[in-house]
Amino acid sequence: MREWAEYTVKEGGGRETIALQGPLLVSSVAMLDRQLRDYADSVQQIDLTDVETIDTVGAWLVVRFAREKDAQIINASEQAERLIAAVKECDSDEPITAPRDKTLIRVPETVGDKVVDMGHGAVGVIGFLGAVMITIGNTIRHPSRLRLKALVRQIELVGVSSLGIIGLMSFLIGVVIAQQGAAQLRQFGAEIYTINLTGRLTLRELGVLMTAIMVAGRSGSAFAAQLGTMKLTEEVDAMRTIGVSPMEALILPRILAAVFMMPLLGFYSSIIAIIGGAVIADITLDIPFLTFLSRIQDVVPIHDLWVGLAKAPVFGLIVALAGCYQGLQVKGNAEEVGARTTQAVVMAIFMVIVLDAFFAVFFSEVGWG
Amino acid sequence: MSDENAIKHEVEKEALPELVNEYEGDCPIVIEGLRNSFGSQVVHEDLSLKVRRGEILGVVGGSGTGKSVLMRSIIGLQIPDEGTVEVFGQDITKAAPDEQIGVRSHWGVLFQGGALFSTLTVEENVEVPLKQFYPELSPEMRQEIARYKVVLSGLPADAASKYPSELSGGMRKRAGLARALSLDPALLFLDEPTAGLDPVGAANFDQLTRELTDTLGLTVFLITHDLDTLYAICDRVAVLADKRVIAVGTIPELLESEHPWIQEYFNGPRSRAAAASHKRGIEKDARRAESDASGNASDTVQGNRGRDNDLAQNAGREAMDKDDGGKA
Repeated sequence: MREWAEYTVKEGGGRETIALQGPLLVSSVAMLDRQLRDYADSVQQIDLTDVETIDTVGAWLVVRFAREKDAQIINASEQAERLIAAVKECDSDEPITAPRDKTLIRVPETVGDKVVDMGHGAVGVIGFLGAVMITIGNTIRHPSRLRLKALVRQIELVGVSSLGIIGLMSFLIGVVIAQQGAAQLRQFGAEIYTINLTGRLTLRELGVLMTAIMVAGRSGSAFAAQLGTMKLTEEVDAMRTIGVSPMEALILPRILAAVFMMPLLGFYSSIIAIIGGAVIADITLDIPFLTFLSRIQDVVPIHDLWVGLAKAPVFGLIVALAGCYQGLQVKGNAEEVGARTTQAVVMAIFMVIVLDAFFAVFFSEVGWG
Repeated sequence: MSDENAIKHEVEKEALPELVNEYEGDCPIVIEGLRNSFGSQVVHEDLSLKVRRGEILGVVGGSGTGKSVLMRSIIGLQIPDEGTVEVFGQDITKAAPDEQIGVRSHWGVLFQGGALFSTLTVEENVEVPLKQFYPELSPEMRQEIARYKVVLSGLPADAASKYPSELSGGMRKRAGLARALSLDPALLFLDEPTAGLDPVGAANFDQLTRELTDTLGLTVFLITHDLDTLYAICDRVAVLADKRVIAVGTIPELLESEHPWIQEYFNGPRSRAAAASHKRGIEKDARRAESDASGNASDTVQGNRGRDNDLAQNAGREAMDKDDGGKA
């Protein structure tokens, strides 16, 4: 049971007196505060005789009410006097919410900011790409400066440890393509073309595309978060002061790992997807597993493989570039790391899909339809 | 009126017994036989400590002696292996969750880095505990409370609308203190409040701590490495070493201890410098207090806070008494 602070009104000699009772504590003044806010009559005195205990919140309430009514505080205990004096000094009327523009101003401003940011971002990424190229050039001239250990470590993280999840994803995609493709092709009695569909689609498009998206989600985000945190803890600055180039030590291994691993992962993904298609074809279409695989060799032109493999390193570069660039842009607080990581993934996936469309048109035009 | 009753009813339904207000003992914190370990590394073994009501207890010890772990054990963030930790007579280690909350609204904690919520303004940070524990307070009242707490903690009033990232390290500590004080706690935990502050800022923070303690009647558990803080504001000092509290007492008492670490700590070059500057400070305070007493123009709350020096203290009290007399 909680005790509440209360008040009674006393009149004497033409002086309106409000007597407060009970504990004047943060836990007990809520109701009294509401009542006193609504109190409309004039008050000359505030009597604190019956106040049992008081803290600064209670003192504040008394001070505020006294000032509002221009009333006198009487019979305050020693403790109350002290707290009231302390609180009185802390009065201020500064705004307490962060300044905020009106919506009419804020919305166009935000849009403008975003556009400018996008412009700067595009220039920044191109500049970053240039810096990476220079670093690669330098490393080719002085191969001993390549961080082999870091590179191998990143290859493990980007490539080897993602084999499981990419395999599972690809297998299921192969299953879905073959199963859904067969359901549609059956209407024309052309179920056998399921093999063409699965083989060409996975090798040419989906294998690499889905792998790129997975790598963006797995490794691109990790790059951004790692580098962002290192930026926050001033590790990157510390490296620079010791004369270690973050470009060589941090960025290059990540970018090379992604560029090297993407073709391998894309190829692996395509193969697993074809196996997935073959498995489901064996079960539901009565096409034997090995027949499916041998037909693949006949119906899929070899340039489909080249198309897929040619795209893969480019996608890898984009994913790693976005992750590293956004990671290095982190400054200020921990929240920024999250925001930049999100941006890195969004940017990577968006660019990968745009470029994929571009590649599709390009390869058709050069006769690799 | 009816909705007021509804709110009252709502609050009372969930209200916890006000055990803290009923607590009559002299030691708000009593630790007995505490043992903490991380894996095979034992941090505390059979540690006992009592914190007296109304005192500022400084806790010192070398790096890694478990000062912060001790604080975390008291506020229930670290579950000890053995032992009891009683806060206001309630055993934190065995208390049911709701009992713990009953105690929790009566302490404030200032973490080392301030630990402010970075997405909220300072004012909103101070409001968080109020919203959590006293949702029945009206929003206007909450804002008013937050606003004066910000000023009370020694921040300029316009800092209330700023985000923690816009503040300097010292201001962030003060903002953290404002949040720690937001519930008018009886107990205040400060984890290295002056670490990373410049000497002037640290001295101001010390003085603020002392003033608040005296004005609000706080009990303060203060972890520090700062010798100046120890000399300037701590009533007693507890020394952590060998996994235990090896000594508790005033600095003169500790100086008589034979323990090598204490000897080294209080007789090192930095300690002697701190003691010397403290002595100078007291003399200055005493002079100021005398002039206050004669001038009778000093501010009641900001009165003299000289420690361990009867002359200075008495002079200060006289000054205050005179002031009060003038008002009545």
